[in-house]
Amino acid sequence: MNESGARVAVPFRTSLMSRVMLGVLALLAAGGVIVAIAALAYGKQAATQSYDRLLVGAAQDIAESTKIVNGAPVVDLPVSAFSLLSLALDDRISYAVREADGTLLTGYDTAPISINGGDQILFDAMMQGDAARFTTVARRFAERDYSGTVYFTVGHTLLARNAMAIELTKTALLGVGIAGLILMICAFFVIRSTMRPLQHMASELRRRDPYDLTPMPIQGPSEVTVAIAAMNQFMRRLDRQVGAMRNLISDAAHQLRTPVAAIRAHAELVADHGALAEQQQGLERLLKRTRSLGSLLDQMLSRAMVIHRTDNSPPEPVDLRDIALHVVELEDHMVLSPQAIVELCIDGDEVLVLADEISLREAVKNMLINALKHGTSPIRVGVTGKGTVAEIWVADAGAGPSPDVLAQIGTRFERFAASKGTSAGLGLSIVSAVAEAFHGSMHIGPHEGGFRVTMAFPAMGGKDAQ
Amino acid sequence: MRNSLLWAVLKVALLLPTALASQEKIERIFAPGSQGEVTLVLRSTTDVDVLRPIIEAFVLQNPDIAVTYEQWGSNALFQNSLAACAGNAISASAVFSSGVHQMIDLVNRACASTYRSEQTTALPAARRWRDELWGITKEPAVMIYNTDLVPAKDVPKSRFALLDLMRRPTSIYRGKIATYNIEASGLGYLFAFMDSLEASTFGALLEGFSRTDAVATCCSWEIINGVSMGDYLIAYNVLGSYVDSATFENIGVIHPQDYTLFLSRAYMIPKDAPEKEAAALLLDFMLSTRGQSLLKARNLFYADTNDTTLPESAERGISIEPTLLVAGDKHRREQFVDLWRSAFAPRDMAR
Repeated sequence: MNESGARVAVPFRTSLMSRVMLGVLALLAAGGVIVAIAALAYGKQAATQSYDRLLVGAAQDIAESTKIVNGAPVVDLPVSAFSLLSLALDDRISYAVREADGTLLTGYDTAPISINGGDQILFDAMMQGDAARFTTVARRFAERDYSGTVYFTVGHTLLARNAMAIELTKTALLGVGIAGLILMICAFFVIRSTMRPLQHMASELRRRDPYDLTPMPIQGPSEVTVAIAAMNQFMRRLDRQVGAMRNLISDAAHQLRTPVAAIRAHAELVADHGALAEQQQGLERLLKRTRSLGSLLDQMLSRAMVIHRTDNSPPEPVDLRDIALHVVELEDHMVLSPQAIVELCIDGDEVLVLADEISLREAVKNMLINALKHGTSPIRVGVTGKGTVAEIWVADAGAGPSPDVLAQIGTRFERFAASKGTSAGLGLSIVSAVAEAFHGSMHIGPHEGGFRVTMAFPAMGGKDAQ
Repeated sequence: MRNSLLWAVLKVALLLPTALASQEKIERIFAPGSQGEVTLVLRSTTDVDVLRPIIEAFVLQNPDIAVTYEQWGSNALFQNSLAACAGNAISASAVFSSGVHQMIDLVNRACASTYRSEQTTALPAARRWRDELWGITKEPAVMIYNTDLVPAKDVPKSRFALLDLMRRPTSIYRGKIATYNIEASGLGYLFAFMDSLEASTFGALLEGFSRTDAVATCCSWEIINGVSMGDYLIAYNVLGSYVDSATFENIGVIHPQDYTLFLSRAYMIPKDAPEKEAAALLLDFMLSTRGQSLLKARNLFYADTNDTTLPESAERGISIEPTLLVAGDKHRREQFVDLWRSAFAPRDMAR
């Protein structure tokens, strides 16, 4: 397998970072457009209001300076009114002073008339082709020689208003732009620091040897640790399966070689010896060896299967009594040692544990076979529910194995078995593996004057748990 | 038939003098050896002799342009420009007038076209409006006196001194003080109007003019000539640039120390102007360094190097801005002219 090829083969996708940043950018852009529209509307309104005040001020100024002289209104046009209007620097000005009948007293006759608007009215109109804003202010005179209303119209074009609106909008947008920029930078750093554990994990994975199945260090926020934990769990399972496979292969290699060589030697002996009696003896030995090889193979395969199952089948509630019953009813012992007595010790209460039925059967079968092979009849297969602990056990009346054998049971069953060319001990290794796979344990030891092998599991359901 | 022909002839005869009267002089200026493919019609209130060197330099620089220089009175030029704006007269390519308030009015009536260039945007804000009107010159409104006839101790350095002079019970200045007739001269009206805004001395001045039977007459040239000849001893509010270009030996010039008005002749390109590009070229030329130095040489651009040093605060430029519209207002003008007449009326009636 090409290692570097495996590393490069990660397909390129847009990073989470760029996606989030794009999202933030889109959000800000949308906000910016809304603010721009709002700012423009606000700017226009502000400009209209402020320049309308100028207009009205100028019109009132002109109205104030009008007097009745010899029975006619005379406008002493104040410079201050025009200074006021000149604040709109480049705007053209129009003004007209009219009597109620529309007679122009002074000013431009092109200035529009709006007389029916009360004392003061603001309106839009055109001024020589340009859009303009006008106001008409009315002033009533009640003098001895003149009585009536005089209308003062003042207007100017919209250059300054538009410039002010744009200026206000620009300022607002500049503020928004700066705020947006700061937000973007903040978002960038926040998102980057948030993303760092993910990047860390990704780089850790990238750096990792594809054959390295050791667990990764669990760091970072909960979202990341969950992913790492799940990955670690998966790797652990994979590791175990790979280990089991490796064990199976090496077991097969090491343990089968000796018995197969022995069988071959016996077969050759049988073939070479002419005497019938010797041939008969040789055949019997051959048969014995073959049977022993068979049971070794059986156990190795069942162990591999048990380990495979415990990793791959989700545990289900299992009644330990069913297991015991099933194993006893199989009556394997009738084949192995027909003279042995096997008793079933179960009572009426179900004893439930979370486990895999087939693995449990296999383990108990092995316990029973062990007892039949090495123990003394009578043999009892039993189930005990003791509060939070559920036990399934096989006991015999014998003294059990010698202390040094017992000591070795705790270490490597396979090697011990392989060296002797028999399957002894391999069975207990299966038992131990099954017990551990379902959070239980295996106990071996003398019990009530005999020897007992027990698998203890945490109990579930049943009457005790309720 | 005969009658109608007679009527037509009569009409022409009636109209012709007015047309000639409003348009004082016409002169075509072009580069030697070139007739000029483009004719720029420049209507101006400035004396053709004053501006000729500048126009000549311009056509030398732009040989394909010939300038038809029309010299107008400021009021007539204003009426003509208004008519042109309304489409009732042939528009000039450019209008160059000392009646700044009238030019402001024209621009305010949307009669001008916009132009922007490096030269125009470099102008101070007080010398341009809307990029449609530009102040080209800087000419002081001065008092002049006859150096032979006015004793040195009498020479008024300011309006206050002039007032004191006019208040003397027996005065050699009775009937010998001249100023513009504001009804006839747009420039005279503008100066007087600015005086009325500038300081309270204006009322006193009018009273003084009335007391000394001052003469309100027309036209810069006549006034200057009159002072030189001894018809008048002192003239008030004369355009300084004319005095110097006239080079009279016996005329003294006073830049009033209380304040001196400065006029910027305004240049406008009418909205319907033919040959707008040429008009813009002439504008840029006059605002260019060369144009400005030529204007200075013709005394059209006041420089501080003059022997009369004027304190900075006494310089009052007539800003090219819409407040000048007030000067053109019908009622305001009527009242102002009434006031003016009341000052000059006794003498007129005496005549």
